[in-house]
Amino acid sequence: MSRACYVATRKGLFTVARGASGWAVSRANFLGDNCTLTMHDPRSGDLIAALYHGHFGAKLHRSRDEGATWQEIGTPAYPPMPDGYTPKMTHNGKPIDWALKLVWALAPGGTNERGVIWCGTMPGGLFRSDDGGDSWTLNRQLWDDPKREMWFGGGADYPGIHSVCVDPRDPKHIVIGISCGGAWVTRDGGCTWSVGGKGMRAEYMPPEMQFEPNAQDPHQVVQCAANPDALWVQHHNGIFKSTDRAASWSEIQPGSVEPSGPQLSAFGFAVAVHPRDPETAWFVPAIKDEKRYPADGHVVVNRTRDGGKTFQTLTSGLPQQHAYDLVYRHALDIDESGEVLAFGSTTGSLWVTENGGDSWQTISSNLPPIHSVRFQRAG
Amino acid sequence: MPTIRFTDNIQRHIECPPRVVGGSRVRDALDAYFAEHPRARSYVLDEQGRLREHMAIFVDGGQLRDRVGLTDPVNEEGMIDVIQALSGGQQ
Repeated sequence: MSRACYVATRKGLFTVARGASGWAVSRANFLGDNCTLTMHDPRSGDLIAALYHGHFGAKLHRSRDEGATWQEIGTPAYPPMPDGYTPKMTHNGKPIDWALKLVWALAPGGTNERGVIWCGTMPGGLFRSDDGGDSWTLNRQLWDDPKREMWFGGGADYPGIHSVCVDPRDPKHIVIGISCGGAWVTRDGGCTWSVGGKGMRAEYMPPEMQFEPNAQDPHQVVQCAANPDALWVQHHNGIFKSTDRAASWSEIQPGSVEPSGPQLSAFGFAVAVHPRDPETAWFVPAIKDEKRYPADGHVVVNRTRDGGKTFQTLTSGLPQQHAYDLVYRHALDIDESGEVLAFGSTTGSLWVTENGGDSWQTISSNLPPIHSVRFQRAG
Repeated sequence: MPTIRFTDNIQRHIECPPRVVGGSRVRDALDAYFAEHPRARSYVLDEQGRLREHMAIFVDGGQLRDRVGLTDPVNEEGMIDVIQALSGGQQ
């Protein structure tokens, strides 16, 4: 069982550790700064934190002593635009700039690829580091693909890569999630890319384009560690899963908890999949999509244990009156045991379960708005 | 030669002491400064060499006009102030 998780918030990074008396905040770093994401590297023990300074841009810091001390490291940087190149305009008339707007995904490479880290960004570049984050290189094969220019922002001015799933059996097989650009796949470590298979449906597109793979808004893509063929997506307008390494997707109809019960919302951002059971996954729903708050002010987690045929709505320990917590895509995580999950909200609440979601403990209701919750990983 | 000085707010992240530098345009003066303090560059400019969206530069009290090329001229005894624009304030 993981003994710590890292909670990245609008006003700093908080380490939440499991002590004899339970989970509690044990350390605060970067107080006052906007910490948007963390990554714990099980190979090296390194902890990387992404900061976004409103004035000074996105920066990365690394700790090699579990957060006691930090050093600023390299930041992904886009190369110069080619002479005469005119970038495509976003929907609101802004050019898709060749400049880092946000670090939106951090993922270690394969077990035997020590030092390799993948970094997804806005406005849509995927970067690779071979030295633990000291330096970064833009993956030009993806960036230069003409279909990349068809991506568009989802809830932001620019498109971005928020999910990087490295297949533990073969680290050259990587699935990435883009809002909005669907799920893309490389089978050769990034030398060639293709947009993932059909099956996702984009309600927000004109009817003829709703199944266009490159126009999808997968809010997050996660992969089952023990069965990496299985991937789950919390999409802008639904839940999708793949059982064939993103070659195709099928839509899950959440239905209702009981025949006469309320329909479960298919909208949300966060998804977690059990590390050993590809049929078990968790979602934190909200009213779709222009409202984005928990239905009826009830914070709930939806769990399926049968691949999406049925869902249980988990409420024990979660606020059920006038709670308007929204949970962002990186703010739900599961540890390697498959029993411990944690999630945090835009209103600074943090909950942990140690029994797969059957009951939850409130760790804090007073943290700053939470962007990301990530468990420490065993090496 | 012109002088460059930086907002106190940036000093929390990186040390940026005021310096007298060479150059007759803002770009030249900044390049000279960043040659001595390379880490400061990415806090002020983006990777395309443009002034960051929420940064501001004043030259002798006048707001920088060319935020992309940084070609505004600087007098021999000029003062370049690098500050954060209030537009980028955090909540």
